[in-house]
Amino acid sequence: MATQVASYKVKVGLAQMLKGGVIMDVVTPEQAKIAEDAGAVAVMALERVPADIRKQGGVARMSDPELILKIMDAVSIPVMAKVRIGHFVEAQILEALGVDYIDESEVLTPADEEHHIDKHAFKVPFVCGARNLGEALRRIAEGAAMIRTKGEAGTGDVVEAVRHARAVLGEIRRLQTMAEEELYTYAKEIGAPLALVREVKELGRLPVVNFAAGGIATPADAALMMQLGMDGIFVGSGIFKSEDPPRRAAAIVKAVTHYNDPAILAEVSKGLGEPMRGQQAADLPAEARLAGRGW
Amino acid sequence: MPAPNLLPPEKVPPPKDGFAVGVLALQGSFWEHEVMLRRLGVAVREVRLPADLNGLAGLIIPGGESTTIGKLAVAFGLLEPLRAFGREHAIWGTCAGAIFLSRDARRSQPLLGLMNITVERNAFGRQIASFEADIPVPALKTVAPADERPFRAVFIRAPLIETVTPPAEVLATLDDGRIVAAQQGHLLATAFHPELTDDTRFHRYFLHLAGWAAAASP
Repeated sequence: MATQVASYKVKVGLAQMLKGGVIMDVVTPEQAKIAEDAGAVAVMALERVPADIRKQGGVARMSDPELILKIMDAVSIPVMAKVRIGHFVEAQILEALGVDYIDESEVLTPADEEHHIDKHAFKVPFVCGARNLGEALRRIAEGAAMIRTKGEAGTGDVVEAVRHARAVLGEIRRLQTMAEEELYTYAKEIGAPLALVREVKELGRLPVVNFAAGGIATPADAALMMQLGMDGIFVGSGIFKSEDPPRRAAAIVKAVTHYNDPAILAEVSKGLGEPMRGQQAADLPAEARLAGRGW
Repeated sequence: MPAPNLLPPEKVPPPKDGFAVGVLALQGSFWEHEVMLRRLGVAVREVRLPADLNGLAGLIIPGGESTTIGKLAVAFGLLEPLRAFGREHAIWGTCAGAIFLSRDARRSQPLLGLMNITVERNAFGRQIASFEADIPVPALKTVAPADERPFRAVFIRAPLIETVTPPAEVLATLDDGRIVAAQQGHLLATAFHPELTDDTRFHRYFLHLAGWAAAASP
């Protein structure tokens, strides 16, 4: 029988299985268990959540493989981990560990200011951040099997995730109305391969799964991103920097399933304790903004 | 990913008025199943709460994370309504859905226990071991007698069906004999994802079990 391992279809396919779900940042095996028990579809294994990376500064790198392996042992759901933009050796190491998805992430300090990783060269699928359609399609051309908004990680302020979701989804809607001869110039303007621009016009959506990330802190934030048209949610600092992580995590999971049901959203939003304190994204100086990393 | 406007509708007679099937839409690949069903001209309803099951001829439980689907089913009071539905109507579980239909998955998580099968989760290993393979599925002859093609089965962090006890029966295996699909009357379990292909034979097979006679006469 013709068997094909780690094909592009199964890379995109795993992300399709995560749709309608919540992927949670965790820094210990105990947090990973809390996330799994709350109904997370996957966890992102990290040494520091983005809010702490922001606070502590310094160079942010791939996490210690020992920590990642402990988290992989602790849960049965998929485990993701982050590498620096362009750092293909960190990605080789994560592939050797057997992580299920790699996030080539602007939350870590970039290793290459011109080039992202050639993601086609790996068996492990990649997710990458994007602020607009051109950026999303450049990452897909490099082999990304899943896209997420960048938002502004570690702030607890959803405004940048909304901006990026509206940018990508709005550009897809405008693309639907373009004539064939307009696609050539449009592809040039947004810096994306023509073939992918044409595919998005035909599909009416990205050819891969598209999650929201970067600043989501409440069930209402999560449902907002779903109603805008995203396929699922990453929550970074928003859970374990809040007062009652298990309850908040479970509430966000329920809110993503019932994102169109205000009565259920009201019910799950009750009595969750303090959300993460957060920081207005608009107050950040330009050099403290993570979303500008990546090209 | 499949898209409704790219895949051509299939030339099958439309089902009679009122025939509708559900897709459990708690989490996972429910949209992909809906695309396949709509191509066949079938009315589809997303099921998130017990009342959504009323009047449906069958239900698909999609791929996704079985622990997430199980926890949400418990939280919204779906376990007993789904069990009652499955005693009367067709249910098909793909991957996580197959785990949810089983009576044992070797770890503590909510299961419907409707089918006499036991499963091993993530039996092939982690994501880097996910694969596609052509497998023979003789039962599909019921809906496509002239179609000799094997079925392109997509396995993603897939489970294996370890044991199949009567009245459940084996429906498909890999070359080495490991079981990847089973049927028990109107209940169907596949370890792989027909919703990620553009081959509608498995969906027609399920619709046939759900009582749509025309699914068997393309």
